[in-house]
Amino acid sequence: MIVTESLSMRYPRVTALDRLSLDIGPGVTGLVGANGAGKSTLIKILLGLSPATEGRAAVLGLDVATSGAAIREQVGYMPEHDCLPPDVSATEFVVHMARMSGLPPAAARERTADTLRHVGLYEERYRPIGGYSTGMKQRVKLAQALVHDPRLVLLDEPTNGLDPVGRDEMLGLIRRIHTDFGISVLVTSHLLGELERTCDHVVVIDGGSLLRSSSTSDFTRITTTLAVEVTDSDEHPDGTAALRDKLTAAGITLHAGTEEGLPGAGHVLLLEAAGEETYDTVRDTVAGLGLGLVRMEQRRHHIAEVFRPGGADRGAERGVDQAADQAVGQVPDQVAGQGTDQSTEAQAR
Amino acid sequence: MSTHTPGPAPETTRIHNIGYRNYEGRRLGRAYVRRSLYSQSLRGAYGLGRSAKSKVLPMILFALMCVPAAIVVAVAVATKAKGLPLEYTSYAIFTQPIIGLYLASQAPQSVSRDLRFKTVPLYFSRPIERSDYVLAKFAAMASALFILTGIPLVILFAGSLLAKMDFSDQAAGFGQGLVSVALMSVLFGGIALVLAALTPRRGFGVAAIIATLTITSVAVTVIQEIARATDALDVIEWFGLFSPTTLIDGVQTAFLGAVSGFPGGQGPGTGVGVIYLLTVLALIAGSYAVLMRRYRKAGL
Repeated sequence: MIVTESLSMRYPRVTALDRLSLDIGPGVTGLVGANGAGKSTLIKILLGLSPATEGRAAVLGLDVATSGAAIREQVGYMPEHDCLPPDVSATEFVVHMARMSGLPPAAARERTADTLRHVGLYEERYRPIGGYSTGMKQRVKLAQALVHDPRLVLLDEPTNGLDPVGRDEMLGLIRRIHTDFGISVLVTSHLLGELERTCDHVVVIDGGSLLRSSSTSDFTRITTTLAVEVTDSDEHPDGTAALRDKLTAAGITLHAGTEEGLPGAGHVLLLEAAGEETYDTVRDTVAGLGLGLVRMEQRRHHIAEVFRPGGADRGAERGVDQAADQAVGQVPDQVAGQGTDQSTEAQAR
Repeated sequence: MSTHTPGPAPETTRIHNIGYRNYEGRRLGRAYVRRSLYSQSLRGAYGLGRSAKSKVLPMILFALMCVPAAIVVAVAVATKAKGLPLEYTSYAIFTQPIIGLYLASQAPQSVSRDLRFKTVPLYFSRPIERSDYVLAKFAAMASALFILTGIPLVILFAGSLLAKMDFSDQAAGFGQGLVSVALMSVLFGGIALVLAALTPRRGFGVAAIIATLTITSVAVTVIQEIARATDALDVIEWFGLFSPTTLIDGVQTAFLGAVSGFPGGQGPGTGVGVIYLLTVLALIAGSYAVLMRRYRKAGL
């Protein structure tokens, strides 16, 4: 779908991309990088809008330097920033954008109705966009990227500014773009955690060069930190401490540090999940102590963890645990009566 | 009485989810997109395809442009005059304030909205190029202005024929008038779009356009009057180069048989007229170049 060869983009004072070589296949691909890592620059080059300083890039087999217009005909783009005029309705706006992609008037109207329905906008699509919630606006932005039925869509930070529910819905929608619509997706984010649920493949770039490119399962392999929070009981006034002792006795490695700065941070235990059996051990231990399990969830990766020295080594070390990790979804739902939906949801990914 | 029939509901009541359908139809190219953007912008310049509120001002201004022409015609027909009381070429000069208001209200809405709401990147992530966008917007603005200034001339011409004035005379004057307002439409449209595109804030655009059109024109006229008062008659025609209105006045005086609105009727002759025409063409080309530059930065 996308191939780049030692692609570089240098501005007078900054190097936005530094000899980036990528080969992205069909499916949902996540492009992760901190702000300023070169994500937007890469998208701009892939759309054939700014020539790279050196190197080559091809999208859908077309060279970006020479066939920009042909690429843009078959690619959809959803920008990160707000891009919607508030005084027109979603229908009017998307119809106009469909025509700007070259769809004849009748087809533009038909495709607009279809696309808005698929992204989940119904009656409200006839109202001016100015009155929409952030989630609805994101859907309109997505719709305008999909309305001309592209073969590939480039989504720049589609979950920005969404609440957790909206975020999940958007991620589900992105997944459907590939599974149901058959359109390949390149989605950028600075949160690796949210992409591992959605993407088949994740590419991490930093400072304009490739840091990692691997399938999502490789990334989740190193996501073995488990956060556990329990209640206190009369028998164990400090449930966390009691659990810590028991778990240490059971031979589970606990991380010394707790999460700082978060409410209730002192009550969250971070431990290494060596495999599926760890979940069972934690469940049984908590139940044995008669405590309530408030949550048990995999810690989401932030991009910084990929940079942390030893992160990759840890992944290699744990290669054997990969299969076990992928099975975490099967951990029993209810533990000690107080298991929350939140924890199981997080595991199910 | 209906009998109860156990079993599944009839198949016909099920709501079918038809799922995603791929688009197999034609994708029309850049020329179609340019045309679509042109017609959308042109309609938008009169509030068509926009909210009812945004139709009010352009329609009022359009009516204001036409009413004087209708009155002139009515008077001419009623009095069975031999000729129209005013030249075709001077109509647009007399109605400058209305044209200025129209430009100030419509040029910003045509370009500032896309800039302000950052819709521009959506255009440039589609098959069109920057030049397509600029050309479509430029042509739409010039056409809108041509409609605004040309229709009153049509009314005048129709009235002159109704009053049974000399056809060839009137047709020549009408033709000269149309050429003049066409040139003016392109020039004013370009200047107004440049000013509007320089700022994403609509209000600034409105103010800048009104200021540029009226202040330059008033300043030039004042200087020309001073020149006349001090008997420096030969500099009058040169100062006319410094405002869009007097530029058009000069060009039509030199080439289109118009009576100059300059103080003392000191319009340029053919020689200086060429400089006027070249200045107008250079301004038009310059507007296009500035717009192209402006959108090079605005893309994504």
